[in-house]
Amino acid sequence: MDNIKITMVDTTLRDGSHAVRHSYTEEQVAAIAGGLDKAGIDFIELTHGDGLGGSSYNYGFSKVSEFDLLTAASSKIENAKLTVLLLPGIGTIADLKQAQKCGAKAVRVATHVTEADVSAEHIYAAKDLGMFAVGFLMMTHMAPVERIVEEAKKMESYGADYINLADSAGYLLPEGVKERIEAVTQAVKIPVGFHAHNNLGMAIANSLMAVQSGATFIDGTLRGLGAGAGNAQIEVLAGVLKRSGYDVNADFYKLMDIAQDSVDPIMLRPQTIDNGSLMLGYAGVYSSFLLHVYDAVKTYELDPRDIMVELGKRGMVGGQEDMIIDVAYQLKNGLVK
Amino acid sequence: MPDRVKVAIIGPGNIGSDLMYKIFRSKHLELAMMCGIVESEGIKRAQSEGIPTTIEGVDGLIKDGDPDIKIVFDATSAAAHLKFNGPKLKENHKIAIDLTPAAIGPYCVPVVNLQELEEAPNINMVTCGGQATIPIVYAVSRVAGAEYAEIISCISSKSAGPGTRANMDEFTETTAKAIEVVGGADKGKAIIILNPAEPPLMMTDTIHVKVKDKTVPFETIKQSIEDMVKELQQYVPGYVLRVPPTMEDDKVTVIAQVEGQADFLPAYSGNLDIINSAAIAAAEKIAEKLLKEGSN
Repeated sequence: MDNIKITMVDTTLRDGSHAVRHSYTEEQVAAIAGGLDKAGIDFIELTHGDGLGGSSYNYGFSKVSEFDLLTAASSKIENAKLTVLLLPGIGTIADLKQAQKCGAKAVRVATHVTEADVSAEHIYAAKDLGMFAVGFLMMTHMAPVERIVEEAKKMESYGADYINLADSAGYLLPEGVKERIEAVTQAVKIPVGFHAHNNLGMAIANSLMAVQSGATFIDGTLRGLGAGAGNAQIEVLAGVLKRSGYDVNADFYKLMDIAQDSVDPIMLRPQTIDNGSLMLGYAGVYSSFLLHVYDAVKTYELDPRDIMVELGKRGMVGGQEDMIIDVAYQLKNGLVK
Repeated sequence: MPDRVKVAIIGPGNIGSDLMYKIFRSKHLELAMMCGIVESEGIKRAQSEGIPTTIEGVDGLIKDGDPDIKIVFDATSAAAHLKFNGPKLKENHKIAIDLTPAAIGPYCVPVVNLQELEEAPNINMVTCGGQATIPIVYAVSRVAGAEYAEIISCISSKSAGPGTRANMDEFTETTAKAIEVVGGADKGKAIIILNPAEPPLMMTDTIHVKVKDKTVPFETIKQSIEDMVKELQQYVPGYVLRVPPTMEDDKVTVIAQVEGQADFLPAYSGNLDIINSAAIAAAEKIAEKLLKEGSN
């Protein structure tokens, strides 16, 4: 280990937005973004949990517009790159331009692992706008390694600055992370990153495996705040990476402080692996479905685990929160084969 | 007196080929030319069906096509429609049914607003997701008003061609605008999802509408939606509700599924079937009017 530099990407203000049901206020994001910047975090991602334009019936409405939140965060950031997530089909280039006006310097363009070609127009647009652009493949447990490589290469060809592989369902075990990261790092000339979910309790272990397998960008959130059982807890990750001899900018103490001072007080529930989250990881279901499933079982009086298993069987992908109602209705009415 | 109006198709790809088979079933339309720009599979397919073809695009149509061709379907691209096909069809007094997102002419969702557009020289068919959802938005807004309407359209990866993939924003922006203009919502939002599951999933469309007038009984809204679905099924037989209307506070939710007629594209391509079926429905209505005028 020769002090390999690992770039840390904090997504408390994006993936963590799911866990607070998109209720962030300008004061909260200013405090968290300012703290992360001072703690030496390289990229700070902030949007609705489902990316730009995510505020909706389908994914939940944002309490405060993401553009106002970006402006508030931007005023507190000196060194880090303020980053937005964009899922083509939900957010648009017009949204990206607006985000840039509000201080965004980087964008992660995310598609389902087999659909990289829908990111082309958005990555081109980001580069034209002079932004740092990341190709972000979601639900990477759902495709074989060869296919992931093919899709990553497409994003590289559009001009992505690095490729991020996400274990959006928190389904992967370390071996699965290793083979994916190794294959993609060998296939592309740009850096590779990893985004973990903790549904099977593997977020930190998988993130460490990712960097040991060649990833140099790593995602995390303060207190692990995120969809499902949350993400790799970034203050833990900083400690683990430092102990393992990696070179990280982040200040370990300052990260712990900001988690305690600014995140603990706003958490709606402890970021534990509850039964629903565990089932997401086990069945390979998109993590942000969790709270929407909990909402649906109130109306339809079902076991949330049954809904998740059926969603997994049907191969639902990120963004298909509407199908939770569909599955719940069909389970309730005995229409599921 | 002729009983059919002559029509042509520009763009012999998947959409154009599917349109061709739908025209063969039509009582009022006769396909008189298929126009491409190369000797493609689609051109050969049309030839094998005995249809005159050209590989000089819209110019070939004007030069060599039957002068009696009155209606032309454009299944090319927004850029081609804006730059060449739209203006040239107008110049030559042919009615254009635009299946691209160019939208030179007004948006048309036949079951909602075709009557107002019978005189328009160029009509635009919005998007597949728009055709599948705007009738429901309108069914709600006509009885209870619509402050906001949001649709989520999921299509199988296999039925999303390179044109759709390269223009995701065009889909969401055009659909959102048409939800407002045609559907009658004050504010529209559209989301599109591609799902790669095998075997491919049928197109599903979720529609949420926030009503303006909460005093309108849910039964009235439900009846309006059910009536609309019946009308829509007249030209899209594979349109069914997977989840019937529900209402929570001021939000009405419906989930629909569109199974295609598998004329040329497989049944899971309900997205392509519905926009083509809408285009044919529009053309038939216009043809009926032309035939009536011709006989007077």
